[in-house]
Amino acid sequence: MDALLLSRIQFGFVISFHVMFPAFTIGLSSWLAYLELRWLRTRDPVWRDLYFFWLKIFALSFGMGVVSGIVMSFQLGTNWSVLSARAGNILGPLLSYEVLTAFFLEASFLGVMLFGWQRVPEKLHFLATCLVALGTLFSTFWILSANSWLHTPSGYVMVDGTFRASDWSAVVFNPSFPYRLVHMTLAAFITTCFVIGGVSGWYLRRSVHREAAGRMLKAAVGFAAIAVPLQIVAGDLHGLNTLHHQPIKVAAMEAHWHEPEPGQGVPLVLFAIPNEQGERNDYEIAIPELGSLILTHERGGRIPTLTSVPPSERPPVAPVFYAFRVMVGIGLTMLILTLCSAWSWYRGRLLQARWLHLSWNLMLPAGFVAILAGWYVTEIGRQPYVVYGLLRTAEAVSEISALSVAVSLAVYVVAYGFIFGFGIWYLLKILRRGPLAHEPAPETEGGERTPARPISAANDALRETR
Amino acid sequence: MDMASVLPVVWFSVIGFGVLMYVLLDGFVLGLGVLAPFAEDEDQLDLMMNTAAPIWDGNETWLVLGGTSLLAAFPSAYAIILSALYLPVLLMLVALVFRGVAFEFRFKAQRSRWLWGWAFALGSVCASFWQGVILGALVEGMPLREGKYAGGTFDWFSPFSMLTGAAVVFGYALLGSTWLILKTEGPMQRNARMLTRPLVMVVVVFMGLVSTWLPFLDSRIMARWFESGNFWWLSPVPALALVVAVLLWGAAMANGRDARPFVLTLCFFALGFAGLVLGIWPNIVPPSLSIWEAASPPESQGFVLVGLVVLLPVILGYTAWSYRVFRGKVSSDISYH
Repeated sequence: MDALLLSRIQFGFVISFHVMFPAFTIGLSSWLAYLELRWLRTRDPVWRDLYFFWLKIFALSFGMGVVSGIVMSFQLGTNWSVLSARAGNILGPLLSYEVLTAFFLEASFLGVMLFGWQRVPEKLHFLATCLVALGTLFSTFWILSANSWLHTPSGYVMVDGTFRASDWSAVVFNPSFPYRLVHMTLAAFITTCFVIGGVSGWYLRRSVHREAAGRMLKAAVGFAAIAVPLQIVAGDLHGLNTLHHQPIKVAAMEAHWHEPEPGQGVPLVLFAIPNEQGERNDYEIAIPELGSLILTHERGGRIPTLTSVPPSERPPVAPVFYAFRVMVGIGLTMLILTLCSAWSWYRGRLLQARWLHLSWNLMLPAGFVAILAGWYVTEIGRQPYVVYGLLRTAEAVSEISALSVAVSLAVYVVAYGFIFGFGIWYLLKILRRGPLAHEPAPETEGGERTPARPISAANDALRETR
Repeated sequence: MDMASVLPVVWFSVIGFGVLMYVLLDGFVLGLGVLAPFAEDEDQLDLMMNTAAPIWDGNETWLVLGGTSLLAAFPSAYAIILSALYLPVLLMLVALVFRGVAFEFRFKAQRSRWLWGWAFALGSVCASFWQGVILGALVEGMPLREGKYAGGTFDWFSPFSMLTGAAVVFGYALLGSTWLILKTEGPMQRNARMLTRPLVMVVVVFMGLVSTWLPFLDSRIMARWFESGNFWWLSPVPALALVVAVLLWGAAMANGRDARPFVLTLCFFALGFAGLVLGIWPNIVPPSLSIWEAASPPESQGFVLVGLVVLLPVILGYTAWSYRVFRGKVSSDISYH
């Protein structure tokens, strides 16, 4: 194993861990803003209890997202220094804007959100919640702009092998950015939505916290009914955009090796084992003509084939092909569950339909799996390039020893395994407990004292009851 | 004077300011972790952590700003420094991960609570040490060939970088102890006062050692300080640092003025930092890569600068506001568990 392969594995590892937390907290912060708004409007304590319950989960997830994100901000320099040196003129400003517009906003108002209850007026506290939510969206904007630029570079000129910006609005709003932004933001919201629905399904199955669980399930079903169909449309448009800019990625997604016979369209491959040596699929099960309709929206439409480029220009086919099927499969399962739940709600049976509660419960982690799968499709699918068509991944890696990278990879695997193992264990503990009725209000003594942590205050009550 | 010669100077100052903010703000939080073993019991450790719990995240963000600004303004320096210091950067980041999650995990854990106390302490000590090593190795300089790092995997390991590593650990501890004087009362504050004087002594010794060593590292640093009358222009820096140290010695045990030791320590750090920056200037990677050679083109530096001019005051504003929200003593009579 050389430094290149190890660096790729390391980047994939640290970013896969990292991406799950922001993806979750983007939706969660908006959900918290919704809950706090409902509490302020109705003064119904169930909303407040739910707010504090999800705030604990948010604090943990956000903390893990922050610490794994700091690692990410240095990965480009440590392992991909040639990419940094050549594309830093473009990537650096985009990432700096992320820090300036998002990270400080999130971090500062998170403190007020977690510890400022009754220390600031409640409207100001609500504003803090909203600003944290806004911060997560700003962050999504900039990081996806930078990521999209690597896929569809535009607004640049090459000078002595480095990229220089010639038109910043073309850089920021590069051709794949709007599609990726919508697709990823919806994915993040849907992931959170299915966690919320999954938790309520779990409570309803166990017949605990029925009131809160009912409200959460309705919110989840209502949101999913809008967002999941939208996501399928957004994904389709993103696919058309990819077909235009990165056709070989689409060929890999479909494991489409050769031109179909004249007069025939592209089949939709349901299952196959892509055979890269033989440049064909083994054990293929396919529906004729359907691929053309889905991919190009035309009968008999053609897409470029993998064999139209030499093997050195092709991404690894099997992971892209399988990951794409996992993502689409989960998306369709989500759609079916959402439609069934909406129908059941319409008939007034949502809170009685136990099979639905079980299904929501089982689908709790589905969003995370779909996000990772989608991430692998797009990032493995752009190989062998890191700046698409312009800079190969193999050229972008730092001149560091394989031993250094092996050490760092081992350290990250052990440290992340340990930390995120505990983190997920604590998350599950909070989820198992559920929202506490009449969560004790944090005390303020004379207004000058730092209030007890709302979070740990909740734990105190629990510890006493255990 | 054209943009291409002015902008790199502006960005050198901006990054210097960002790193200084990080060193001061996360410095005291890391210092709390360095001092964690001196907490008398778990309650005191909770108290120490709670003085920083609402703000640590914002403080750490200055490090991220430093990193992305370096990438934006001096991409080749970012590439060289981070890949040359691969292992120290790795160890610092992993230590920061443990330190950071300790804030959340410690209050969620029950049986494993002790574990996160240790993660907080060890994570802070290691992060501080490796930051000092990174700083020392950078000041010492890196061999470059054709704009690329030409040294080995362990070139950062030197007596000087080990010295700066240790110096930063004790320096942060001093920031932490004076922060505790400001934010606590009763036994915790007494404890912090007891620690402050010995720390002042140790830190002054470390600073003296580093300052004496610095001119011998590089003839250019020597020249900057001792040639053509520069010494008289620059001598206020070490002189002021000494005055501040003496004042700090007195303020450490003076009851009533609880903010004073912390403010003096901030000044002390700012002066020490200025001394180091004077040693590096006008290089971004000593001894040979200047800020003008490493600079990204004006369209990149200018693009971010526009945002910075607008957003930095806003950021400083709401950061100050959040410190104001959490002002005052953190009391030990509130039970957290």
